[in-house]
Amino acid sequence: MTENLLLVYQSLPYLLRGSMVTLKLIGGALAIGLIMGIPMAVGQVYGNKYVANLISFYVWFFRGLPVLVLLFLFYFGLFLLLGFNLTALTAAILVLGFRSAAYQSQIFRGGIMSIGEGQMLSARSLGMSKFQAIWNIILPQALRISIPGWSNEYSIILKDSAVTYAIGLMEIITRGNFIATRTYQPMPIFLTCAVIFLILTYGGVKLLSILEKKIRIPGYSNYGNSGKEY
Amino acid sequence: MHEDNKIILKVEEIYKRYREEEVLRGISFEVRKSETKVIIGPSGSGKSTLLRCINQLTIPDKGRVWLEGEEVTHTKENINKFRQKMGMVFQDFNLFDHLNALRNVEIGLIRVKGMGKDIAREKAMEELKQVGLEKQAYLYPAQLSGGQKQRVSIARALAMDPSVMLFDEPTSALDPELIGEVLEVIKKLAINGMTMVVVTHEMGFARSVANEVIFIESGRIIDQGSPYKLFTNPEHERTKKFLYKITELYGKSGEGNE
Repeated sequence: MTENLLLVYQSLPYLLRGSMVTLKLIGGALAIGLIMGIPMAVGQVYGNKYVANLISFYVWFFRGLPVLVLLFLFYFGLFLLLGFNLTALTAAILVLGFRSAAYQSQIFRGGIMSIGEGQMLSARSLGMSKFQAIWNIILPQALRISIPGWSNEYSIILKDSAVTYAIGLMEIITRGNFIATRTYQPMPIFLTCAVIFLILTYGGVKLLSILEKKIRIPGYSNYGNSGKEY
Repeated sequence: MHEDNKIILKVEEIYKRYREEEVLRGISFEVRKSETKVIIGPSGSGKSTLLRCINQLTIPDKGRVWLEGEEVTHTKENINKFRQKMGMVFQDFNLFDHLNALRNVEIGLIRVKGMGKDIAREKAMEELKQVGLEKQAYLYPAQLSGGQKQRVSIARALAMDPSVMLFDEPTSALDPELIGEVLEVIKKLAINGMTMVVVTHEMGFARSVANEVIFIESGRIIDQGSPYKLFTNPEHERTKKFLYKITELYGKSGEGNE
């Protein structure tokens, strides 16, 4: 027992450096997913049928393949073919980001579609262009509604980040595996990895729920304590 | 022609069809400066579609619309420019749910008219005062009553300094006791010389405010004339029947709102 605790204690700095890599990875991937996902959602809802079809195809592709397959296809294939010699971290950020964009676009699409048609009508009746109406009226509401779904995406991508082990990215699991094979003590090490993941999940989801409460629309009944009163 | 008599809005031969159903079949009318036109008719007769065809929220299949002599339909001009000058008030308010009352009113001024924030805020506050809601300026739509919401939406449209106001059943979604406060605001506008087209079922309001009442059924104008003529001596059997039904439903001349 003491032996195990000592091992965990000694491995912790090494593993925590891995969790920094994980955080960089999911931070970058979520950002790419956000920056691509919002315009994709808007394009799917308001774009013409060519734009909408193109986005549907993109979503179908990135949601249809396992992360591992995507990672291999891009890291060992496409990126090299295109002449990019990317580090494992950059490649992983891009692949997880492109994939997250597919999922995030659907979260935001749901948010946009839950906004009543009247909001667009009244914005246009004031003389706003379609773009102005989407930017000033639809998105501020749709994004608020999307936070719970987005928080789910955060926790999913955090856990999916572990598969980057397969391309040798020095994140939590890769490092854990190194120690485990060296010491023949997989259990304490992977338990430590598990605890790190649980803490990261809890922290992120908590932060997002604080954000959700902070920007809640006053008087809007569908938030927060709903359920308790019925 | 006398300046006060100027035609503000001209609607000519508007047709609109949704698949099999012909909603509007050649509607024409004119609205002169400071005139209030009230459009009545049974549900599904095309009244709301007609209003939307005027500011092109719905594109008519045929027909033309002019605002102050400029054609709104088939122009290369930006339709957004025309919409600013045609204030619209919807049956279910359509306030922007994420903005408080004040910001609902000022957002058009800032984003569409490009006004500075301070001037826009001042003007928005002024408009809210006009509808008696300066105390509610910082409340959000979900914290307002239906009548208050509709008054904010009127203020929001008025802030853009429109040449004509289009009201699409402004009181139909309201509890009976809240109808009065909204009609009061619209009446005040009429008295102050705003040019208006109002779709409503409030016959008492129509009688007291309209310069002309237009009765629409099945996408056609069946009857039109002064409220006195239409309500006391309608030309057509269908107008009579409709008015009889509506009085049964809503009480004679919308009592209590006078």
